[in-house]
Amino acid sequence: MKKIINDPNQVVQDMLKGLVAAFPESMKQVPDTTVIVRKESPVQNKVGLVSGGGSGHEPAHAGYVGAGMLDAAVCGETFTSPTPDQVFEAIKAVDGGVGVFLVIKNYTGDVMNFEMAAELAEAEGIQVEQVVVNDDVAVEDSSFTTGRRGIAGTVFVHKIAGAKAEKGGSLQEVKTVAEKVVANVRSMGMALSPCTVPAAGKPSFELADNEMEIGMGIHGEPGTERKAIASADEIAEELTAKILEDIDYSGSEVAVMVNGLGSTPEMELFIVNAKVHEILSKKGIQVYKTFVGEYMTSLEMAGCSISLLKLDEELKELLDSESKAPAFRI
Amino acid sequence: MELHINQALKWIELTNEKIQENKEYLTSLDQAIGDGDHGINMARGFQAVIEKTSSSEYEAVSDLLKDVAMTLMSKVGGASGPLYGTAFLKMSMATKGKDPVTQGDLAAAVAQALEGMKQRGKANQGEKTLIDVWTPVQGLLQDQENVQPDDLRETAKEAMESTKDIMATKGRSAYLKERSIGHLDAGSVSSYFVFDSLASAVEGE
Repeated sequence: MKKIINDPNQVVQDMLKGLVAAFPESMKQVPDTTVIVRKESPVQNKVGLVSGGGSGHEPAHAGYVGAGMLDAAVCGETFTSPTPDQVFEAIKAVDGGVGVFLVIKNYTGDVMNFEMAAELAEAEGIQVEQVVVNDDVAVEDSSFTTGRRGIAGTVFVHKIAGAKAEKGGSLQEVKTVAEKVVANVRSMGMALSPCTVPAAGKPSFELADNEMEIGMGIHGEPGTERKAIASADEIAEELTAKILEDIDYSGSEVAVMVNGLGSTPEMELFIVNAKVHEILSKKGIQVYKTFVGEYMTSLEMAGCSISLLKLDEELKELLDSESKAPAFRI
Repeated sequence: MELHINQALKWIELTNEKIQENKEYLTSLDQAIGDGDHGINMARGFQAVIEKTSSSEYEAVSDLLKDVAMTLMSKVGGASGPLYGTAFLKMSMATKGKDPVTQGDLAAAVAQALEGMKQRGKANQGEKTLIDVWTPVQGLLQDQENVQPDDLRETAKEAMESTKDIMATKGRSAYLKERSIGHLDAGSVSSYFVFDSLASAVEGE
């Protein structure tokens, strides 16, 4: 393992120190926690928006803290969901008196820890609502499983629910629009190489030089299929096809996100994006806005994910409204 | 089988030793079908537990179990934190005022822990999770009189090994479906360590 770190057990604390030093105008750390909140928290009479998860997905989640997006990001250990007491600290820190909304990615640990935190908050009289994001089409939905994972599409939920809260939406209105995004966003990813969790010290899986992993999650967990490496066009086709199989986007307007997983050059992401646009155009799907870059990474994993969000007038307006979060400025 | 406070302290101490010794083993099991953080998280949690319990005085088993629960909940994270935290919290509540903790008390405590974990994780037996170890252990404590440490150890071990052949339908490994068959569930292995340590503590090793 070759990494620029001090101590594998201190990476989260060390990172947070540097993060706040980089964006002192928009965020601060709640003392003795791994919680990053908007500088002016709590904003009175505004629904507080809390997200979070394991660290190692930067800029998710703390990069999305700022006016127009998240009020708080709870940073767990690398790839490990934060503990209930930390999520509870975040809820308390951003409660402006009109309730707090939790954005949870559908991973067993995230759901359990956030639910426990919500129970703690409710016991203290803070109103809490939540949405569970499950945009990853790699995993089939079934009542027998824990359902689909939440991956990069979560960033759209942050943006749109954040905008709704910023415009004075009630807790229920924020929940409704967040659920609308979840119902209309789908993603799928692929990897060319694994990543190394600092405390584990060795790669999470192995891939031969000529192999790629299709449909893995954002923690380096194995995917749904392993096969010979293909061209960018073929990769874009495979990922997009799986998404379009799941929701019929024809005749609609969409937002596109081509997300890098940590060590894929923008050059390659743009190559993928070109093909995605070509495919969508052929199918009569109009692209309203495109986001290419690193939005939800997996440490230094090479690979990418594609997300599509079907838009209506309300979602377009909220997507376009101002965000001062360092990783998503509009 | 009975549990006194000194044995309970030994139980937690031995569990920590097992977890620390097997940190990389647990992580490698989890890397095969999960996201590879089970060993790291459990080791961090039990290290914190030992720091807490070794600097505190306990008269009742339930007080010790409560500290274990709260520490695990606030240090582990992932799915294991809420599950083990809930288990120890329920065991603490069930053993309140019991001194010593009889086998009957212990059976009731493990039953409460099991129920709590099922609710928290929305999982049942046969889904390749730690529930598959806690369920037969609870059955043993409830159905067999005067359980010997070796019975406990064997029951937990067989249950842990049985998870190898199950296809996961809960937790992270559920995403792999049939690719999860042939691998031990990491949570079941750490649960085996918990009961193996309990057996050793009762034996007075």
